[in-house]
Amino acid sequence: MTEFEEWSVARGAAIIADAAKQDGACIPILHALQRGFGYVPQEAVPMVAEALNLTRAEVHGVVTFYHDFRREPPGRHVVKLCRAEACQSMGGVALHKHAQEKLRVGWGETTTDGRVTLEPVYCLGLCACAPSAMVDGKVYGGLDEAKLGKLIDQMRAA
Amino acid sequence: MSRAKLYIPRDAGALGLGSADVEEALIVELKQRGIDADFIHVGSRGLYWLEPMIEVATAEGRIAYGPVRVGDVKHLLDAGMLDGKPHRLRLGRPEELPFLKRQSRLTFARCGIIDRLSLDDYRAHGGWSGLEQALSLGPAATVERVTKSGLRGRGGAGFPTGIKWNTTRLAPGERKYVVCNADEGDSGTYADRMIMEGDPYTLIEGMAIAGVAVGATKGFIYIRSEYPHSIHVLTRAIARARKANILGVNILGSRRDFDLEIREGAGAYVCGEETAMLDSLEGKRGQVRAKPPLPAHSGLFAKPTVINNVISLASVPWILANGAEAYAAFGLGRSRGTMPIQLAGNVKYRGLFETGFGLTLAEIVDDIGGGTASGRPVRAVQVGGPLGAYFPRRLFTTPFDIEAFTAQGGLVGHGGVVVFDDTVDMAQMARFAMEFCAIESCGKCTPCRIGSVRGAETIDKIVRGERREANAALLAELCDTMKFGSLCALGGFVPYPVMSALTHFPEDFGLVAKAA
Repeated sequence: MTEFEEWSVARGAAIIADAAKQDGACIPILHALQRGFGYVPQEAVPMVAEALNLTRAEVHGVVTFYHDFRREPPGRHVVKLCRAEACQSMGGVALHKHAQEKLRVGWGETTTDGRVTLEPVYCLGLCACAPSAMVDGKVYGGLDEAKLGKLIDQMRAA
Repeated sequence: MSRAKLYIPRDAGALGLGSADVEEALIVELKQRGIDADFIHVGSRGLYWLEPMIEVATAEGRIAYGPVRVGDVKHLLDAGMLDGKPHRLRLGRPEELPFLKRQSRLTFARCGIIDRLSLDDYRAHGGWSGLEQALSLGPAATVERVTKSGLRGRGGAGFPTGIKWNTTRLAPGERKYVVCNADEGDSGTYADRMIMEGDPYTLIEGMAIAGVAVGATKGFIYIRSEYPHSIHVLTRAIARARKANILGVNILGSRRDFDLEIREGAGAYVCGEETAMLDSLEGKRGQVRAKPPLPAHSGLFAKPTVINNVISLASVPWILANGAEAYAAFGLGRSRGTMPIQLAGNVKYRGLFETGFGLTLAEIVDDIGGGTASGRPVRAVQVGGPLGAYFPRRLFTTPFDIEAFTAQGGLVGHGGVVVFDDTVDMAQMARFAMEFCAIESCGKCTPCRIGSVRGAETIDKIVRGERREANAALLAELCDTMKFGSLCALGGFVPYPVMSALTHFPEDFGLVAKAA
């Protein structure tokens, strides 16, 4: 589980100021905000625009272009399951259906108890150990229903 | 007793299979037995069906055991693992394993062997001699050596690296950049990841050589966010190289400056396209740029920029150190040198196989890969990532060569080979290719943005049995439009998997009766 801070204008401003000094700073700033708060809060968008002399529309465009950036806080745990071809060749589709049924969520959704967010990922580079997943930043290869089920049970308990 | 020495693979692949847990168990167990041990963190040798593969230093050299699970640790130590004694998991000397013995490891010569962050280990295994060569040769002669080696871009496009470098070298400009494309998004590929996590200094050395060659003082490595372990290892490697004056001001006392910075991607596949990557590095949406201007003339922040894939750059130190002719001696036709073939998906011997171009697909899949992991017949093989063609068995005589694959309506791409057994539904794979393109399209050009959505819908209609023949013809026409009308390889190449599935496996689309 990853602990995130509560959004505050002061913390947001500090994170933005810290990352704004480099060339092409917009994406590094958004990453830093998401690392801090777990997502990119809407209130931060005009602040990023101001710091980089961009329009709000431009920053909004960047936030929404990249799959990584969330616009709402995630669940306590984030599970990314690889949907790409190599994982499909090892039974990925059936495994994902199993996970979705077990969690009762679709892609990009969070369980009603706020514990688990399920996200698709298109390749973790673990194609020789498929099917694979990343759970709270930790990688898992060679998954099957039993192993993934155990991981899900652990997340629900913590 | 002298200290034991154990080599633990710590790349994401080995970690995903539990190498950190095995290391933890070894630490605890050795402590209980009162044995002192050094744990050397290495990359993976690339034999993933044997990972976690733990090696121990013995009187007869390094002896490998694998795949080691946490539950095996006690028994292995009881059996005398630290002295290389027999056990059912004992693999012997790793370099004698047939999968490794048959390879020509040039770019991956050190990967899985050396302490990945040790500058001393790197130098002891021939490191920095390529950079030293480049510094003494100077820019023009360095570029010439790369050109003569015949090295072509390993990211997929296969453009001659030396020509790209020379264009950047000759482009006027005070400030130039080297950009490393480490956005390895193709399914079935992990060679970039293995090098970054197993031998990061090779990439740093290759980039420094590129900097010397084209007159750039700054390099960016654009690493996808899906590779946090690569970011972690390279960040530390760059810091150490800077401290050792291999990066920074007046590198190695040469009066040349070169420094590196890592930038993290944000989950957009299209940013692996070089011009989309430049926009992303500039902090924008990762949208494809129209060419010209070429990045070599006007690239990052409108400055002359050389963009190369990780493996292209990581191959350069060997070329500089050993000579262009030695590299060009490997390969076939116009595909010179070696290629790290990445066997992935449903294949028995899953791993990285570096070899000269020219093996046939049958040799790669059946002979080296050993057929499927499931034990069922091989039905299709996708070569070159999600935009690569699906090959049926009757095309397995195709040699692994850039031109030969193009002639068969496919691509070598970044060298990924994903194997599927006979349970695969090729109509669904074709649909997935279109769906993936729709998800990942940057949206700039219409054939890709809209064609991919309509393509998936049309495949659904064919599968449902709606005017099958007419819709198949429509799909072919749509693919033609996407192939010739898209701005970049995303929309332009998605017809490869779609049309190869339709052409070679029409029975899965209900277009011909299924064989009994």
